[in-house]
Amino acid sequence: MSVSEDSILKFTRGHRLQHDRVRDVWLIQAPEKAFIADPVAAAILQLVDGARSLGTIIETLAETYQAPRDVIATDVQTLLTSLIDQRVLSA
Amino acid sequence: MSFAPPPMSLLAELTHRCPLACPYCSNPLALDRRASEMETKDWLRVLDEAAALGVLQVHFSGGEPMARHDLPELVRHANALNLYTNLITSGVLINEKTLEALDTAGLDHIQLSFQDVDKAGAERIGGLRGAQQKKLNAARLIKARGIPLTLNFVVHRENVARVPEMLDLSHELGAGRVEIAHTQYYGWGLKNRDLLMPSAAQLEASTEAVVKARARFGNSLAIDYVTPDYHADQPKPCMGGWGQRFVNITPSGKVLPCHAAETIPNVTFPSVTENSLGSIWQDSPLFNLFRGTDWMPEPCRNCSLKEVDWGGCRCQALALTGDASATDPVCARSDRHALVMEAATAGHDGEFLYRRFSYP
Repeated sequence: MSVSEDSILKFTRGHRLQHDRVRDVWLIQAPEKAFIADPVAAAILQLVDGARSLGTIIETLAETYQAPRDVIATDVQTLLTSLIDQRVLSA
Repeated sequence: MSFAPPPMSLLAELTHRCPLACPYCSNPLALDRRASEMETKDWLRVLDEAAALGVLQVHFSGGEPMARHDLPELVRHANALNLYTNLITSGVLINEKTLEALDTAGLDHIQLSFQDVDKAGAERIGGLRGAQQKKLNAARLIKARGIPLTLNFVVHRENVARVPEMLDLSHELGAGRVEIAHTQYYGWGLKNRDLLMPSAAQLEASTEAVVKARARFGNSLAIDYVTPDYHADQPKPCMGGWGQRFVNITPSGKVLPCHAAETIPNVTFPSVTENSLGSIWQDSPLFNLFRGTDWMPEPCRNCSLKEVDWGGCRCQALALTGDASATDPVCARSDRHALVMEAATAGHDGEFLYRRFSYP
């Protein structure tokens, strides 16, 4: 399953992205656990704000990292689809 | 002394007062009375210190934490510090008004306990008439407000046959998660061990029910399954290792590496009323007693799993062998593993010793 580029994604209630100042890592806070977001995931998830569309997120990242749009699109789709499946994000 | 990475999670036991009397309660046998509970300002300072230290999640627990009228204030404060706030509750004090106060304060998540799906079974364990209906109402109110919900079922020989119905109820109530946790035998649970211990066949059936439910519900219901130690031959990595991830604060302010640690003899229990949480975590003798692997006896010391299970559980080693620094006898390599095997198949006579302030 993939998400349409028009989709606007947000964190579901009970999940959020948070920068941990003490450990200097980005984390996904979830019910009774926290996951470390690697730097790639953190860069993507910082753009998930309930306002930007998936297409806008991909374009922003392609511009920031000067990378081909289709490569970025694949990475973003893979991560976000998996997080939607896990109910961390909703479309 | 080496630098210890900061704790991830704080279990804040606000009170030992509770309307329920479950015979496997994780609180100690000697309960803190109301007069010894810390004040609101103490807890607010503890939350400040916890956030500064690196704690990510605060689990407000008890007893019944909703017995404290300052709970919404503590949740609001923790939330402002960007701590993830979790309420661990029996649900019997939840109504629209009390829930609204917590929701408005920014509560992130609720873990709601059920003692059974069967009303008579539930109320026999909890000892409170009418509790089951209150819990069902609480679950519906939580769901209606959209607060993320985990149900918790402690299972034992009297209710373990109903694990399939527990999983169905969790799905039906719209919980995102459910915890099916076999009883752990410390404190009250140890006193009632023979009456709570499931048979090997019951354990196997419950494991199978969990596997089936995972296939049936998929991602719509996350199932955390905690197996019992006594039918195992490898110990659990208790608390993810002593003083490594987890810190517990009792109602009166004692700081412990786990909720059963007050049983450990010959050591001073540090208190947030006397020292900062950071200095206790880093420097106190209690937190350094079993931290890492240097304290380990054989066969742990040369075991390839020593940084997997961290020698198992110190409180269980103490309770079963009289020596808190022994290898957890759940381990098949312990010379006292027979203690565990015998207890797993002991008789089941007698009456429950319910959790009460009057003991011992």
